[in-house]
Amino acid sequence: MPAQTYPWGPSVVWRFVARRLLHALPVLLGTTFLIYTLVFVLPGDPIQGLAGDKPVPPAVLAELHARYHLDDPLWVQYTHYLTGLLTGDLGTTFTGRDVSELLADRWAVTLQLGLTAWVLEVVLGMALGVWAGLRKGKWDDSAVLFGTTLVISVPVFVVGYLAQLVFGVQLGWLPVAGTEGGWPLAYLLPGLVLASFGLAYVARLTRSSLIENLRADYVRTAHSKGLSRRRVVVRHTLRNSLIPVVTFLGLELGGLMAGAVVTEYIFNLPGVGQQLFQSIQLREGPVVVGTTTALVLVFLLANLLVDLLYGLLDPRIRHD
Amino acid sequence: MNPSRSTALAAAAVLTLVASATACGSDGPAKPKNAPGKPGGAYSVALTEPDHLLPGRTTSSYSLQVLQGLFDPPAALDPENGSVKPLAAVSWTTTDNVVWTVKFRSGTTFHNGEKVTAASFADAWNAAAYGPNAWDANYYFAQIRGYDALNPSKEGAKPSARTLSGLKVLDETTLQVTLKAPFGQFPMLLSFPAFAPLPKAATANPDAADVAPIGNGPYRIDGAWERNRKIRLAKFTGYRGPRKPMADRVDFKIYTSRETAFTELQAGNVDVLTTVPAANSAQAERLFGERFSIRPSGTMDYLGLPVKDPRFTDPRLRRALSMAIDRKGITQAIYNGVYKPATSLVGDMIPGHRTDACGRTCAYDPVAAKQLFEAAGGFEGRLELHFSNADTTYEQWMTSIANQLKENLGIQDVTFRKMAPADLSALLGEGRSKGPFRQNWVIDYPSIQNYLDGLYYPGNRSGWSNEEFDALVAEGNAAQGPRAIASYQKAEDIALRELPYIPLWNWQDQSAWSDRIDNVIIDPYAAGLHLDRVTVSD
Repeated sequence: MPAQTYPWGPSVVWRFVARRLLHALPVLLGTTFLIYTLVFVLPGDPIQGLAGDKPVPPAVLAELHARYHLDDPLWVQYTHYLTGLLTGDLGTTFTGRDVSELLADRWAVTLQLGLTAWVLEVVLGMALGVWAGLRKGKWDDSAVLFGTTLVISVPVFVVGYLAQLVFGVQLGWLPVAGTEGGWPLAYLLPGLVLASFGLAYVARLTRSSLIENLRADYVRTAHSKGLSRRRVVVRHTLRNSLIPVVTFLGLELGGLMAGAVVTEYIFNLPGVGQQLFQSIQLREGPVVVGTTTALVLVFLLANLLVDLLYGLLDPRIRHD
Repeated sequence: MNPSRSTALAAAAVLTLVASATACGSDGPAKPKNAPGKPGGAYSVALTEPDHLLPGRTTSSYSLQVLQGLFDPPAALDPENGSVKPLAAVSWTTTDNVVWTVKFRSGTTFHNGEKVTAASFADAWNAAAYGPNAWDANYYFAQIRGYDALNPSKEGAKPSARTLSGLKVLDETTLQVTLKAPFGQFPMLLSFPAFAPLPKAATANPDAADVAPIGNGPYRIDGAWERNRKIRLAKFTGYRGPRKPMADRVDFKIYTSRETAFTELQAGNVDVLTTVPAANSAQAERLFGERFSIRPSGTMDYLGLPVKDPRFTDPRLRRALSMAIDRKGITQAIYNGVYKPATSLVGDMIPGHRTDACGRTCAYDPVAAKQLFEAAGGFEGRLELHFSNADTTYEQWMTSIANQLKENLGIQDVTFRKMAPADLSALLGEGRSKGPFRQNWVIDYPSIQNYLDGLYYPGNRSGWSNEEFDALVAEGNAAQGPRAIASYQKAEDIALRELPYIPLWNWQDQSAWSDRIDNVIIDPYAAGLHLDRVTVSD
């Protein structure tokens, strides 16, 4: 197979990447402001909320309000946050923990989990889809269709607890929960559970897209030119069928990072999903803004990657 | 594959609350089995991430569980009956319940080798009581003379002192404590971890000591606190106190989900779980048998009423609401029978608890409730029920209560105001609430006084105040033992007659542990699991 190159020079691609990254800056800044405002306008006093049903002495309340700038107007609070951001200080949580340290810790877990799930979706999902697509109407195609429907319709927490009980408790093949086993051992089961929905979706998408393209004129032409079936499927049909799959997988990369709240909870993985959930409950502005901004960054990069892949898959798509 | 799958499905069924069996388990605190038990070995405890590990800075039960191993406060509570015994102290004396002389053990050291002296206690208490430090346990020191100078209540005011005037170090092992008013329950307060001593290194740099605590207890922290993952404790070889630790090592494994922790316990990956979810009660009893225990906790739920709202001013109406609530039905349906219907304002294991204190007011009697309701003139307008979204069961039982009030009293217009805890606590306070609200009380120490003070303090959420009640509490505070209890009970009777807070149910905690360990003693107080007593059998 000849090396695939862009139909246009590398300088065009780099200019495209640079422009997109520059665009990302105002988007990120806007995100911080938007999220900060949203957390700010939420009613209630976070410090009172922390104490639950116990009374908080006024002196303590006043001190904590001052410490976290809770009595200042929005623009003062936001300026405090931005000034900190420029010096690399993301603020502290209400328990006094450094947010940048906390985010680094949590992102390491989420990236390992998200990427494991994503790779499983790509490899297993596409393999199942191609297999079912080529065997259309046979029993194995039906099995894939049935299996994927089942997975899509069962909620993730049911899949999660079942997987824990079967593979962790009964069979003892994989750790039940936690990060102690390290990557990949500790991330296989949660990765598979997190990937289950997307995996089923990728398989079905690949299958239907492949089946549609196999009927196309250019495939018939390729066959009649005497090309081998393998070459027709891999080189011509599959590549053309991947456009919708790549679009989905690109968005999914961000979605997996942001949407792992339930999986992280069930498998006791201290990732960003868990943190975001807790911090929204607690009104921890700096944590919510930091986490969300990083998530937006992941989405932006994933989108950029998808756009670059389009060019590789379909030369008709131009980057200008 | 078949058997394992069916077990898994059965377990899933339990998770979804379909389990029909009721919990029975053993009553009372977990009794130590008389296993001889040899020292040594290591075991692990399931925990939720603590907020702080500095004694004065936390009141979270998860933190307190770790501090149970790391620190010796002046006193300890007997796990059987809640009576106070000296721990880091050897004695305390008073003649008037105002001036207390506390003698501490000599010859004990902190984990870093520093000597524990009376000044180590005074320094720790001063730091916790100093308002601008904003430590969580600040209000535990409010009874000590000089507290107000450290905690000005006027906005923007600076504290006029850095140390409590009521604390006086008499010699290396003696501390004199002067209180603002007579308070006979003071020794009980001394069992709370916030009263533990701190070494100079900790008072000089509390942030560092918060993550790498230096205590005076039988265990020391081993390595760094691995956030959201693990806290390791190892036996402190220099320990000279009365609690000789049995096991060499204790590892806390941190979980966000109790269900997951329970699954890990089944898989043998963790040895003790002191918070088995109510939904898993039947399953836990079947799987763990003797190694499963249910113990009453001091924590209770109440329905608070805004008594300043004219519609709630008549105590008869408040009692009618109480009698229209089917506590038994709700605790069975929602908490699997693990929570117990309340019959008093205070928990079962509190000295002076009376099973019939609430009497007919807490018994379900829809007919009498309706009569009383009519006699009080009924209820006009919308009844708004307030609760937080911190736990899904709150909405479930509030819905039950709404239905029962509709059905039994004919209050038709009932709505729910469900919100984040931060919003709710801002909305309540001094009777500002627009309707009944969920009120919860977690005890600090096992005394009726703790409930009375915690729920009915001046400016409390219901807005209720009563001079006779206040006088009786003060009378109890000025006494000790049975005389104190008698006064507190009289005050409790007033609060139950007036009913600004309707007692709903007492929480119970479920624990289960693996067959690797013995001598598991879990008390319903701040100590929780007695880490030092557990023996490892393999």
